[in-house]
Formats: sequence, C-alpha cells, structure tokens
Amino acid sequence: MGTVEYIQHHLTNNTLALNAEAQEAIDKGQMTFWALNLDTIAFSLLLGALIVFVAARLGKQLESGTPGGFQNFVESVLDFVSTNVRDAFPGHNPLIAPLALTIFLWVWLMNFMDLIPVDLLPYLFQLITGDSHAYLKVVPTTDLNTPLAMAAVVFGLILYYNIKCKGLVGFIKMFLFHPFGKFFVPVNIVMTLIEEVSKPLSLALRLFGNMFAGELVFLLIALIGGTLAVGAAALFWAPLQAILDLGWLIFHLLVITLQAFIFMVLTIVYLGMAHEEH
Amino acid sequence: MNINATLLIQIIAFLLLIWFVNKVLWGPLSKLMEDRQKRINDGLSAAEKGKHELELAEKRAKDVLKDAKLQAQNVLSQAEKRGSEIVEDAKVKAVEEADRIKASAQAELEQEVSRAREELRKEVSSLVVSGAEKILHKEVDAAVHNDMLETLVKSI
Repeated sequence: MGTVEYIQHHLTNNTLALNAEAQEAIDKGQMTFWALNLDTIAFSLLLGALIVFVAARLGKQLESGTPGGFQNFVESVLDFVSTNVRDAFPGHNPLIAPLALTIFLWVWLMNFMDLIPVDLLPYLFQLITGDSHAYLKVVPTTDLNTPLAMAAVVFGLILYYNIKCKGLVGFIKMFLFHPFGKFFVPVNIVMTLIEEVSKPLSLALRLFGNMFAGELVFLLIALIGGTLAVGAAALFWAPLQAILDLGWLIFHLLVITLQAFIFMVLTIVYLGMAHEEH
Repeated sequence: MNINATLLIQIIAFLLLIWFVNKVLWGPLSKLMEDRQKRINDGLSAAEKGKHELELAEKRAKDVLKDAKLQAQNVLSQAEKRGSEIVEDAKVKAVEEADRIKASAQAELEQEVSRAREELRKEVSSLVVSGAEKILHKEVDAAVHNDMLETLVKSI
C-alpha cells in the first residue's frame, strides 16, 4: 500500500448510501448528501452513551458529605464549566451550563479517539469484518459533519435567543444599524450577516481543522516506521517513530483539551452576546 | 470530508445528549453541590453565631464576676463596719455596766457603813448606859438622860 493510499484510506469514512444514486456517487468518489458516515455516528453515539452511562452510574451513588475520587473529579469538571459560564455569560439561563458541559465532555472524548494508535481500531475492524479494505475513521471530530452539527445547534440557539431577548424588531435592527449606524444600512447588513454566519463556521472549522491536522500528523508519523523501517534501518526509524509519536501525543493531549475548551467557551460567549440587548 | 446526512443524525444526537447530560449529570450533581454549598454556608454562619454568642457570654460572665466582687467587697466592708460598731457598743456597754456595778457597790458600801455605824451607835449607847450604871451603881433613867445620851451617841 502506497503512502498516499494509506493516508486516503485512513481519512475515508465507512459510508452507507441511502439510495441507489448516492451509492453510485460514492462508488465514483463523488460527494452526495444522502449517505451516512456509519463510523462517525457509531463512535460519537458510543461516546455519548458512555457519558450518559457513567453519569447515571455516578448518579446512583452520589455522596453529599464526603465525595469519593471519581465524584470529586466530575465535580471539579462541573465546577470548571460553571465557573466559565459565570465568567463569560451575563445573567442566568439554566440551559447554558449543561450545554457547555455536554460540549466539553463530548468533544473531549471524541477528540480523545485521536490518541488511540491510528491503525489499531481500523485493523481490529478489518479483522472482525474480514474485509482487509474496510474503511474506519475513528475520530468523529475529524469528520466535518460532527463539528458542523454542533455548531448548527449553537447557531440555532444564538438565533433563538437573539430574537427572544431583542425581539424580532430588535433583531432586524441589529442587522440594519450595526455596526456602522443608520447611514450604512447595506454595509451593515453584509457585515452583520458575515459576523453571525462566521460564528458557527469558525466554531466548526476550527475544531475540524485542528483535529484533522492532528490526525494527519499521527498518520505521517506512523508512515515513518511503515515505509522506511526495512531491515537494519528499522533500528533507527522505529525508535524515532516511537519518540515522535510520544511527543506528538503529549502535545496533542493539550490540543484536544484546548479545542474542547475553546468550543465550549466560544459557545458560552456567543450565547452571552445573543442575550445582550444593544 | 463530505457533508452528508450524518450532519442531521449528529444534530439529533447532540440535542439528545444535551438533554441526557442535563438530566442525569448536570441536574443532580449541581443540585448536590449547591446543597452542599448551602450547608457549608449554614455551618459557617452558625459557627460565627456561636462564636459571637460565646463572646457575649464571656462578657456577661465577666460582668457578673465584677458585680459579685463588688458585692463581696460591700459585704466585707459592711461586716467590718458592723463588727467595729459591735465592739464599740460592747465597750460602751461594758463601761456602763462597770459604772453601774461600781455605783451599786458604792451604794451598798455606804449602806453597810451607815448600818454599821447605826449598830455601833446603838451598841455604844447601850455600852455607855451600862457603863454609867456601873459607875453610878444605880440605874440611869434612860428617859431622864436621854438627851445626854443622844448627844453622846451623836458625838461618836
């Protein structure tokens, strides 16, 4: 398997076509809307279920007086999230904190899939299915659909709270007279439109880009051993791959946490801006 | 990186997950933490109150002690005063008593003296009479010589 093929194979989703046309398009390598990325859906749902399962188990043995180790940890995460909400969100909205917590936990867990050795899960999957060419992309956040879906929900909430807090008239006024005042209405409409649309887009693309690039670097590091470690050269290349992998892994641990944090904080900030009355 | 129907599934999954997280994780745990916070606050304020009360009680105890000391001092000084009064009284009474005893003794003495004198006088008069009888070998008429006798007795 060539290097380009290897990388492409790793970056292709396991896709289910929803109709014959879509199947045709997939076979030709074209884009089609009517298809599902099964691996993305499976892993993201699995991780979501993990959150719910662990939370439900924890919920059964909550200790009010002297919380144990794991509850302590979860409480500190909760505390961290609610501190961020308090700092960045004016006023009170009971939806914001759970939303932020969900984003932080889910994104972090999905990003964490990136730290599992790149070939491990696809290899196991190929063993199980018996298809040595089966696609499996394990990091849901490297599939643009996932960040975009979350950003879309956040965008929906931004619009909802904009209209709810400013009123429909106030919302339209924001488009007409913001940011340059009443003499630049056409410019204002364009500017505000860009400003609003760029919020979800930047949210989604930032997360996607970082995770995609991180995954790519892992793949390139994996290629060092795979392509160059032949015979005696393995004595040099294999340790180098291990060292690079470890280094990137440690750095990436920071990146996945940072990306989850950024997504969360920006969501809070955007929704806070939506609540503000101009 | 195709955008496809996965987007819709992920939106639904995300919404469901928000709902679940709110229900099973955020809801109960934040309520628990709030309750605990409240309990801690209550405990702290109770401790503060207790401390304040202790201070008050200490102050009250000090006041009571001071009062008691003052009272004790009063009682003591009163007792001292009373004691000296009693002593003074006793002195005065003793002096009075002594005077009285002395006076009565004096009176008795005088009485005794006068009685003795009376007796003596009587005895002397009878002695004189009997002496005179012996000298004169005749009876002295007491009535006749009464005047003389009287002057005799008086001169003794």
